Amino acid sequence: MREIRFHGRGGQGAVTAAELLAVAAFNDGYYSQAFPAFGVERRGAPVLAFTRINDEKIRVRSQIYSPDYIIVQDSTLVKTVNVVEGLKEDGMVIINSNKDPKEFNIGSEIRAIDATKISLDVIGRPIMNTTMLGAFAGATGVVSLESVKKAVGNRFEGKLKERNVRAVEMAYGKIKEDAR
Amino acid sequence: MINEMQILEGSKAVALTVKSCRVDVISAYPITPQTHIVEDLAQMVADGETDAEYIKVESEFSALSTLIGASATGARTYSSTTSQGLALMFEVLFNASGMRLPIVMTTVNRSLSAPLSIWNDQQDSISVRDAGWIQFYAEDNQEACDLLPIAYKVAEDKDILLPAMCCMDGYILTHTFEPVEIPEQSLTDEFLPSYQPKYVLDPENPLTFGAYADPSIYTEFRYQQHDAMLKAYKKFEEVVREFEKVFGRRYGLVEEYKLEDAEIVLISMGSLVGTMKDVVDELRRDEEKVGILKIISYRPFPAEKIYKAIKDAKVVLVLEKDVSVGMEGGLLSDIKSFMYNREDRPSIFGFSIGLGGRDVTIGDIKGLVSRVKRREAEEFEFLNLRREVL
Repeated sequence: MREIRFHGRGGQGAVTAAELLAVAAFNDGYYSQAFPAFGVERRGAPVLAFTRINDEKIRVRSQIYSPDYIIVQDSTLVKTVNVVEGLKEDGMVIINSNKDPKEFNIGSEIRAIDATKISLDVIGRPIMNTTMLGAFAGATGVVSLESVKKAVGNRFEGKLKERNVRAVEMAYGKIKEDAR
Repeated sequence: MINEMQILEGSKAVALTVKSCRVDVISAYPITPQTHIVEDLAQMVADGETDAEYIKVESEFSALSTLIGASATGARTYSSTTSQGLALMFEVLFNASGMRLPIVMTTVNRSLSAPLSIWNDQQDSISVRDAGWIQFYAEDNQEACDLLPIAYKVAEDKDILLPAMCCMDGYILTHTFEPVEIPEQSLTDEFLPSYQPKYVLDPENPLTFGAYADPSIYTEFRYQQHDAMLKAYKKFEEVVREFEKVFGRRYGLVEEYKLEDAEIVLISMGSLVGTMKDVVDELRRDEEKVGILKIISYRPFPAEKIYKAIKDAKVVLVLEKDVSVGMEGGLLSDIKSFMYNREDRPSIFGFSIGLGGRDVTIGDIKGLVSRVKRREAEEFEFLNLRREVL
């Protein structure tokens, strides 16, 4: 079982990202489960969402306390929330930031991608939840690029569809390139 | 198997299933966390994807009252509500069951105010236990869907004619994306033919439903409801056998999980059982003889099935998301009550757990089992009580 925890702020689409990741994993032939940390949604407040991916049916319903991967959509959260809490020893953090990942000094493997910039350039808005999924696929290989593109593509129509899919591809390519 | 599935939000899966049951009339009032179910249904009606009529109302009281009228004319009817909405329906619940109308409703389980909580527990449906409604509890979204056509088929049987609620945990199921199999329409049609009531409201042939009953006859009305609920026990078993033939999935009034040699038996209803299954697998790896009895049908109450499942156990732990204040959990009381006159009685412990949306972890349940084994548990407890804030 792979467990992924999303940290974002209300309005950044963390819940949608968790759902789309579950859909992408399902497209790859896995069982998957996505759910939010249910709260009273407020724009800007820290929010959590979760995705589980498994070869077999997923039965557990609790929140995720020791994730394999953590996706941080907003780097300012690092100051107020212990985003790496419970992260497995060989786990990985993927953060939306234009900084050198070493600057975060959070004691775990961390990869950074300027997803906000990619989203602004490609989608025309700073909504980077789909872009971050491209980065996740590129950094971890847990889900395939094709399945993420299909999941994201099916969520949107027209130009938004095309742009979101392109942002996913760009983030995927960029994070792979940075790893070299 | 996964090839035949699709991945959907629980609420959407339920809405699609309601549509496939070919309901004639839907009436509901939106309330968190039931909202997505009725929004999805309203959209399907607006888009012409179903012939159902969606009657908008100003309250849950009116929603169920509307369905009473519709059901009495012979329509297949559906509603969904939760928490305060169910509480507001209280009076009408008894009217629906007293008039013997097979209305089916998804009760999305949520805690009751005050203090205001929009999160999950099962206090709402447990609190209407005595309203004469069939009550089923779903462990996952597949069950939340499958129990709907099963509920219609049991409820609409001429020997039963009782309303039914299919309970699913709010957020934990309604807002979770997971794979489900939504059957082909032709299969649902094969399993669930249209509703053919014997008595209907008809201007050409006037009838009265729910009329006045003086003391010479009221008891007999209540007895007939009781008798129908007892008959629903056997009817359910018949209906799930047919369900399995058509859809290939097997259900029972209860589900036994690794009970064969179990000395410790955990009992619960709803989504908590999923997490408990993972706990049992872990404990079994450590050679603990532990198993689960999942209650799917709370009313009719599967007393004999529960007796058979626990009579050889050493200890039984009932985990439930409700409390009868000042007493103990409702399910715990029910189980202890019928076990009292039996010969072989294991020790029975009860826990109110996951109230008002508090997360329940694998560690919580493992800890509870180990405390009971060490004889450190009370007969009834609130699990994980934060004593420092009391």
